[in-house]
Amino acid sequence: MNPLALLFLVLGLGLIAWLSARARAIALDRGGAQLHSRPRQHATYVALWTVVPALIFAAIWAALSPSLVTASVLADPAAAVLPAGGFERDSILAEARSLALGRGYGAFYDESEALAPVFAQAQSFYRWIGAGIVVLLAVAGAAYALSRITPLFRARAQVERGVMLALLVASLIAILTTLGIFLSLVFESARFFAIVPVTDFLFGTTWSPQVISQRDPGASLGAVPLFWGTFFIGAVIAMIVAIPLGLMSAVYLTQYAHPRVRRWVKPCLEILAGVPTVVYGYFAALTVGPAIRQIAVALGMPYASSESALSAGLVMGVMIIPFVSSMADDSIAAVPTAMRDGSLAMGATTNETIRRVLLPAALPGVVAGILLAVSRAIGETMIVVMAASGAATITLNPFESATTVTKQIVDLLTGEAEFDSAKTLAAFALGLTLFVITFLLNIVALRVVKRYREAYE
Amino acid sequence: MTFAQPKMTARDVSVFYGPKQAVKSVTIDVPTDEVTAFIGPSGCGKSTFLRTLNRMNDTIPAARVEGQIALDGEDIYSAGMDVVQLRARVGMVFQKPNPFPKSIFENVAYGPRIHGLARHKSDLEAIVQRSLKRAGLWDEVKDRLSDSGTALSGGQQQRLCIARAIAVDPEVILMDEPCSALDPIATARIEELIAELRGNYAIVIVTHNMQQAARVSQRTAFFHLGQLVEYDATDTIFTAPKEARTKDYITGRYG
Ligand SMILES: Nc1ncnc2c1ncn2[C@@H]1O[C@H](COP(=O)(O)OP(=O)(O)OP(=O)(O)O)[C@@H](O)[C@H]1O
Ligand SMILES: [Mg+2]
Repeated sequence: MNPLALLFLVLGLGLIAWLSARARAIALDRGGAQLHSRPRQHATYVALWTVVPALIFAAIWAALSPSLVTASVLADPAAAVLPAGGFERDSILAEARSLALGRGYGAFYDESEALAPVFAQAQSFYRWIGAGIVVLLAVAGAAYALSRITPLFRARAQVERGVMLALLVASLIAILTTLGIFLSLVFESARFFAIVPVTDFLFGTTWSPQVISQRDPGASLGAVPLFWGTFFIGAVIAMIVAIPLGLMSAVYLTQYAHPRVRRWVKPCLEILAGVPTVVYGYFAALTVGPAIRQIAVALGMPYASSESALSAGLVMGVMIIPFVSSMADDSIAAVPTAMRDGSLAMGATTNETIRRVLLPAALPGVVAGILLAVSRAIGETMIVVMAASGAATITLNPFESATTVTKQIVDLLTGEAEFDSAKTLAAFALGLTLFVITFLLNIVALRVVKRYREAYE
Repeated sequence: MTFAQPKMTARDVSVFYGPKQAVKSVTIDVPTDEVTAFIGPSGCGKSTFLRTLNRMNDTIPAARVEGQIALDGEDIYSAGMDVVQLRARVGMVFQKPNPFPKSIFENVAYGPRIHGLARHKSDLEAIVQRSLKRAGLWDEVKDRLSDSGTALSGGQQQRLCIARAIAVDPEVILMDEPCSALDPIATARIEELIAELRGNYAIVIVTHNMQQAARVSQRTAFFHLGQLVEYDATDTIFTAPKEARTKDYITGRYG
């Protein structure tokens, strides 16, 4: 039975359950019993019991049945034709499966043609079993729930609990996914650190993954140049652009701008935040980079690269402006107007009021905004992939090229290396480092924001 | 009611918030060296009128002021008036204590600093000490001047705000319900303080508390629906008001 049809069948059963539960509750009500819950709540309760367990089982079955199918195919005498193991055996099985589903475009292996009917049979067998259990569960759930409808039954509280559980599951999914990502990073990184010592990776100053010596892979996988490049581009150059411009526009918008101006300018700033980063990327690579190279040449650096740290950093700074300005805007707006009035009433000018009262009071929020902006900047990928160089240098000269952690991760993973070489695994170690750093930045920022909120409540 | 030597004069003052008129053609003189109380039911425009006296209504984009207001005979709404200077001469204390999130010292030093009143650090310290003493707060805070002003109790915070206002040596102090966020003991302290400050400054206080008006003020103005209904010596207002509306209000017939 096809999955979509099954879904509709279950939902249909749910609807029937809903209607009959309601009818039953109404009948009880008419019969003069004092119902604890409304008929509608009884109905929802029964419908939930009908639909939810059945669908949960369907999901589990969908995940489980492929391996059951394979197992039963392998147990079939027809499977004797398969080679003992390895790549060929897997390919034949995969091909037979596609053929059985009607997705194959002609067979490459003869064996798979022979196996396909066996596959098809096993598949339809397990599918019917699954569908049968699902329907059974739906009916059983409905029957159980219907049997519980009595005047005293607290369907309302039960529905509440069901909703609460659903919400809990939704939030758990997000948390578990993050955890899963983190664990996979940790797992792959552990494999990397089995080959390359942590200290070589964290403190080594040579990064040249193109040539990795078999005997000492750590010698060319020192990530310090990447850390430096990331810091230099994302936390120094980009912030030199984003902090003053973001702060000043926030101050202008909250303190000086006429409401009409604010209505126009604020959305414009927010559009900046909505520009896809690839667009920033080619702006950096095609427009800003060459322009900066010309400036560098004019300044007497004839071999300046057009993939300078400066071009990537500048454009990244522009991209970050809306983050800084909206955080600063929020925290300045959160300073009570009483502060501002108090200062103005002392005869301070608007400018003095901003510098001496509003900004100091808003500082924690502003700082938190900057930390979040930094964490975004160092995780930013597209701009640096397109505009930064691949050469890992440790330099203080913004006209020179520098590379970042994210750019290197992309480069490492887009080659055609085997998946378990030191080179590829290095990408996971870099990812883990980045993850840890941004995670810490976010925690600190959120702490600061929280403390600040408390101060005004 | 007018005086020979009024500190501030208002002639036909009206205030609009957009199309809505909140103060209607008020004419009043504020005497020097005395306490004037503004009373009246909620929403009658007391705060709005008070804020015209130091042009704090300028900070509300929708507000528009008509009529003439003068400080020592000088029109404060004229083009040549320096608002910064005006607000240094006409200080203000708000309903809710609003110390800056700075140290106690810095709170009081704020005005003298921005107006350049102290040449040396010792001058500044002297000003801070004098202001805190006048505000009756010195003994409580002299050992912790570097603590945050927001860590004080509500009553102390309000006295800190008064100290902050008098640190720039204003001529007039406007107080908008300065005790409404305070308990009776803190209120009594502020009332004592007002009595002590009287004579050095012209003080205008908005209050909802009839007894308070009777205790601290020498003149009382009764506002109703944006109009100044009656303005007279406090004794007269509370014992023999001329207007029926005043009488109804102070006897609690409506509020
Ligand atoms: N910022 C503002 N914008 C628009 N209308 C305002 C504003 N402030 C006050 N008003 C209106 O002006 C009128 C007078 O308000 P005001 O605050 O002066 O009254 P009040 O006498 O001080 O009242 P209360 O005793 O409650 O403080 C009210 O109707 C109020 O709604
Ligand atoms: Mg008021």
